Amino acid sequence: MKAAVIVFPGSNCDRDVAVALEAATGQPPLMVWHRETELPAVDLVVVPGGFSYGDYLRCGALAARSPVMREVKAKAETGTPVLGICNGFQILTETDLLPGALIRNAGLKFICKDVFLRVETSESPFTRKYKAGTVVSYPIAHAEGNYFADDATLDRLEGDGRVAFRYVTEQGEATEAANPNGSARNIAGIFNETHRVLGLMPHPERLAEELLGGTDGKPMFEGLVEALS
Amino acid sequence: MSNTQQSITPEVIRAHGLTESEYGLVLEIMGREPNITELGIFSVMWSEHCSYKSSKKWLKTLPTTAPWVICGPGENAGVIDIGDGQAAIFKMESHNHPSYIEPYQGAATGVGGILRDVFTMGARPIANLNALRFGDPRHAKTRHLISGVVAGVGGYGNCVGVPTVGGETNFHESYSGNNLVNAMTVGVAQTDRIFYSAAAGVGNPVDKVGSKTGRDGIHGATMASAEFSEDSEEKRPTVQVGDPFTEKLLIEACLELMATDAIISIQDMGAAGLTSSSFEMASKGGLGIEMDLDTVPQRERGMTPYEIMLSESQERMLLVLKPGREDKARAIFEKWELDFAIVGHLTDNGRMVLKHHGAVVADLPIDPLAKASPEYDRPWVPGVKRPVIATESVPAHPPIEALKTLIACPDLASKRWIYEQYDQMVMNDTVGRPGGDAGIVRVHGTGKALAMTTDCTPRYCLADPHEGGRQAVAEAYRNLSAVGARPLAVTDNLNFGNPEKPEIMGQIVEAVQGMGEACRSLDFPVVSGNVSLYNETNGVAILPTPTIGAVGLIDDVTKTASIPFKAADECVIVLGETKGWLGCSLYLRELCGREDGAPPPVALHREKREGEFVRRMIADGAVTAVHDISDGGLLVAVAEMAMASGIGAAITVPQTLPAHAWCFGEDQGRYLLTAPAAQATVIIEAAQRAAISARIIGHTGGDDLTLGSLGAISVAELRRLNESWLPAYMAATDGDA
Repeated sequence: MKAAVIVFPGSNCDRDVAVALEAATGQPPLMVWHRETELPAVDLVVVPGGFSYGDYLRCGALAARSPVMREVKAKAETGTPVLGICNGFQILTETDLLPGALIRNAGLKFICKDVFLRVETSESPFTRKYKAGTVVSYPIAHAEGNYFADDATLDRLEGDGRVAFRYVTEQGEATEAANPNGSARNIAGIFNETHRVLGLMPHPERLAEELLGGTDGKPMFEGLVEALS
Repeated sequence: MSNTQQSITPEVIRAHGLTESEYGLVLEIMGREPNITELGIFSVMWSEHCSYKSSKKWLKTLPTTAPWVICGPGENAGVIDIGDGQAAIFKMESHNHPSYIEPYQGAATGVGGILRDVFTMGARPIANLNALRFGDPRHAKTRHLISGVVAGVGGYGNCVGVPTVGGETNFHESYSGNNLVNAMTVGVAQTDRIFYSAAAGVGNPVDKVGSKTGRDGIHGATMASAEFSEDSEEKRPTVQVGDPFTEKLLIEACLELMATDAIISIQDMGAAGLTSSSFEMASKGGLGIEMDLDTVPQRERGMTPYEIMLSESQERMLLVLKPGREDKARAIFEKWELDFAIVGHLTDNGRMVLKHHGAVVADLPIDPLAKASPEYDRPWVPGVKRPVIATESVPAHPPIEALKTLIACPDLASKRWIYEQYDQMVMNDTVGRPGGDAGIVRVHGTGKALAMTTDCTPRYCLADPHEGGRQAVAEAYRNLSAVGARPLAVTDNLNFGNPEKPEIMGQIVEAVQGMGEACRSLDFPVVSGNVSLYNETNGVAILPTPTIGAVGLIDDVTKTASIPFKAADECVIVLGETKGWLGCSLYLRELCGREDGAPPPVALHREKREGEFVRRMIADGAVTAVHDISDGGLLVAVAEMAMASGIGAAITVPQTLPAHAWCFGEDQGRYLLTAPAAQATVIIEAAQRAAISARIIGHTGGDDLTLGSLGAISVAELRRLNESWLPAYMAATDGDA
């Protein structure tokens, strides 16, 4: 699997995801600078976490209008899988590759901690290594991760099996207490119509090594390698 | 104050914080009356903040060398060798005054400033820590200060993408009008690519990169060198505004340029901005600088030379490039979309000559200003030694009830509400997150790690600054040892009141002496530091707070220890002697409402022996959990290990001491270890051979912490008490404190 990681000047999880990808594929991904106007042929594009252009304006709003995102969008539309993590998820909603928006956390504060997530479906190149309903632990680290969409959109996402991850208790219940940021219906990540674009606020790349506290994120990268190699 | 033509009256001189005798020295150095720009430059260069004029004499007494020290105090940060051609570069710095006036920006720019001190030297920052002190929780402003400071620390560090992995937060009424924000950054560099500030090469261009220069922060250094009064709010314009995105660009651009051969010297612009950075570079290189202030990129129109030189706009660096490398530098800075301008060149006349609109607006000799700054041997009086409090005279509260009070008191309550606002994991090398004895960060791409901690117990320092200084160093040493790291070096951040008062100066002198003693004894040199004085409001000083930031090396990152109990039916071992010292303890303060007595003494010769023993046990894999015993004493430490794991413990309180003294005495030099029974016997025997007191005090297991006939409490209840205070306090409105 050949992967590309988009690097904005304020990206700060680009190296982290590159390390996780390299561990899964055995080769370092291409790091693509935000000013590039063409994307090489790759099997996967990752839009990493961070603060793209500082995010002093709405998170991801500027990045969505960058030259490289035009290319990412074009690739996605022709079926290249795209993974947006944290700020990457925000950028994907701003680019309209994914519906809805990520607004300020209900508690109004930045939150960094491990959370429990329920994998809602294994029907995607990202989640194929997880059994649907499995509870995993990934860290979150964001101030604007509160997923918002109108009810019609949410119903459509649910109906089409496009909710990828939900915030849950350790036992797998999507309770209010288990929701760290107030997101609609405890949504932590969603797919596009084809399940080939995934955006999620939690960081699978941060718990993909035992030494760092767990490996629940690792199957995502292994699954991608299986699906896309 | 910014009119170039302004005449220099006694009022103007006073407003610049210069004493009559200091102004006399100005006249002597200049050989004429300075103009307002020149006076402004003297004022900031000779401020306490920049010149260390009250503390220098005593700082010189600290040990600063060891075979592994590459660069001690005097540069932007300290540098130590961590093997494999790598160095750790670190420093701690205060941003106290600005954080009180404008907590978010004050704290944010404190983080920004300390990050720059570290990457200026060629290191990629890999971790941040902070030591925060707030006032009485019941004080009307405390909640607002906590909220702003924590958001500011997080807002900056999270955006630049450097994990915040540790720190400490205390409360005491003495900080109500003067909170402390001490920020520390640790970075890693290649030993053959460390950058210093000394300029070289007459004729070489002097360049500025980063943010434009604006009117923010003018006289910040002078503000940080004066006491506060009721009108301190009016000083808000002297607080700078941070831009972490630009800092991120600066880090990446500077590190990219540093990987080439273009840089001769580089210096960040911190306190006193362009003034102190240019003087620093020139003075260290024995050269002069001629600057054309019209070429300095400016954010606002009509800025005077005075404002340009004294601005503390953030995210700016000054550098000297090798001839012919400007294009390379320009290309990198353009890639990162940063302003880059040649603002002057180096000269051989040892003078700082500033031009503005074609005219010379300042002409000052560099060395007399930078090196001959006033140095005071301020009068001081030793502190009055407090009597040792007899254990029998301290009322005995039932241990479980006392424990419940202690773990929910502001100083010991969980700080999760704070550290969850910090990204603790970005860069994906955080092996030990906040909440343990020390933060642990793997050196990227290697099998080794750095451990880091910040420590100080201000109430001990007030009671006995000398003992308190020793204790701060010893506790840092313990915290590093407790995670399995070999303690290597410290950075100090000395926060005190007005040094012109002999009793405050006495605190400084004695604390520094105590620290020096401990550092020498533990082979733990001071490689960098910062002094923050005049931390007083309306004449009332803070508790003396010499914060120690320390770094240690873990050779094998898979061999560390952490505080949670790992399994049931393991032995709990206490290492070190428990005598039940209650003077100055949290028990005395929180349960008896008293803050008196002598603090517990530190036995430095034992500290070293014990630290080495603990590290050996961890490296050998002999122990399953380790925790140093500090604030609150033994039972609090046991409770913390239980809460961190969800596993209970049954502890036997010996008959030899009153229960409350054994449970909550703050005797120094102690650790808790756990190990399976067979292994525990081996550990006890090894300790005996090493002449270290060690005994089994109980066993892990169950859902409760039990003390036999003295009672029990569930771990769930302990957690609830420990976790609820801070969130509940922060959620309350100002009326219900």
